[in-house]
Amino acid sequence: MATVTAVRIRVPAPLRPLTGGQGEVTAEPGTLRDVIAALDAAYPGFKDRVLEPDGRVREFVNVFVNEEDIRFLQGPATELRAGDRVSILPAVAGG
Amino acid sequence: MSYLQGLRCQRCGHSLAPAPVHICPECLGPLELVYDFAAMKAELRRDAVEAGPPSMWRYRSLLPVGDAPVVDLGTGLTPLLRADNLGRALGLRNVYVKNDAVNPTSSFKDRPVGVAATLARAFGLDTLACASTGNLAASVAAHAARAGMRSVIFIPEDLEAAKITGTAVFGTNLIAVRGNYDAVNRLCAEAVDAYGWAFVNINLRPFYGEGSKTLAYETAEQLGWRAPDHVVAPIAGGSVLTRITAGFEELQRLGWIPETKVRVSGAQATGCNPVARAFAVGAERIQPVRPDTIAKSLAIGDPADGAYALAAIRRSGGACADVSDPEIVEGMRLLAETEGVFTETAGGVTVAVAKKLAHAGVLRPEETVVIYITGNGLKTLEALGAEVGPTATIAPRLEEIDRVLGSAAA
Ligand SMILES: Cc1ncc(COP(=O)(O)O)c(C=O)c1O
Ligand SMILES: [Zn+2]
Repeated sequence: MATVTAVRIRVPAPLRPLTGGQGEVTAEPGTLRDVIAALDAAYPGFKDRVLEPDGRVREFVNVFVNEEDIRFLQGPATELRAGDRVSILPAVAGG
Repeated sequence: MSYLQGLRCQRCGHSLAPAPVHICPECLGPLELVYDFAAMKAELRRDAVEAGPPSMWRYRSLLPVGDAPVVDLGTGLTPLLRADNLGRALGLRNVYVKNDAVNPTSSFKDRPVGVAATLARAFGLDTLACASTGNLAASVAAHAARAGMRSVIFIPEDLEAAKITGTAVFGTNLIAVRGNYDAVNRLCAEAVDAYGWAFVNINLRPFYGEGSKTLAYETAEQLGWRAPDHVVAPIAGGSVLTRITAGFEELQRLGWIPETKVRVSGAQATGCNPVARAFAVGAERIQPVRPDTIAKSLAIGDPADGAYALAAIRRSGGACADVSDPEIVEGMRLLAETEGVFTETAGGVTVAVAKKLAHAGVLRPEETVVIYITGNGLKTLEALGAEVGPTATIAPRLEEIDRVLGSAAA
């Protein structure tokens, strides 16, 4: 069995044009900020859709790590380990 | 003929043709509907509304449904009750209760769902879906049954018995999720990309919200075509409060009611108060909370329209407050005992917040105040527990009545 070395990131439909249609991409472990920077290198424009210029998560975007909202963790500084699952979602839903 | 022109991003202004989407492809901002307002103002008359059916569909020309056959359960035109007994208890002179507990599935949710189900069918989608705190679940299941559509409904597993039974009875796929509403909501936000379903409060959200505007339309018509001075509405996701606000603004723009500045106040439970907290500390962004309250229908820790609800409240000169679980039960009992209206925990929140705001002088004695009662007490019997029950149990003998009632029997 292969060991898991990467972080898996679920990409919401509106961002899939950036990832060539892929609904899931991977990155090396690091902080969430590092992971998004790595994805931006691979898929230019990715970072701007998720983070504000000042590094905060954008108002209409929610990020979850293993089903936990990162606002209950350390926000963009949250450490991601191999095997962690990140889900990026538009914030507007529910009710 | 529909006056709907399309969808527009509330953040960056990007426009799209009408479609079952809720998110701007450019910036991920929320989409709203755009109407040809000039044509509406020129062509629509309120007497045509008055001649319409005795339901929310009398306002269909203001709704984004066009000529589509509506999914109609007879929702709306619910009673606006003048509530002098409650008013006396609150120290207010002109209080009304809009009793939306008496809709087909016993909550206001039949309004947004009526519109969303109609659009889902018009878009050719065959499955109605939602993430729900309980009331939306029953409404979606009922509308799907009525429309002959399939439905898939996601709820937190710990809902009240009547909300589970009152949904499952419609022959739906009811899926209980181990987690709170925010977890259910996150799951459904992922599912919307994976399945071609009409999630009424996700991909159909721009249309869904419009149905709740009929709460404002009806209130204005029932007051003799004028707006109240102050309304109090509950907040979970924040949609209904913002749509009530928009409904009154729209009637003013149409010239159907006189210009009034309607003050809008919001009600939350202390155990789930992200909007009330942001209001209290003057914040602009809403910080999510982990809900813990008996008002399960309002237990949304990360409200989608929270920032919009907060802005509407501030702009109007209203307030947002929260009340504890015991105060919620007190609110339910106060409304029942003063006006004969049995509401669920969400209504208890609204009444208790109205009481709090009246004591604080935010609701003023001379204002015409409308309190929105959005759900039915029979759905949350658990909240009342053993506290509300028979006064006594007796043998079937006449003297027993005197024994248990004492002087009250006279
Ligand atoms: C009875 C009741 N009242 C009020 C609300 C709040 O509505 P919104 O989510 O639009 O704020 C809900 C549901 O969410 C509800 O079930
Ligand atoms: Zn946009």
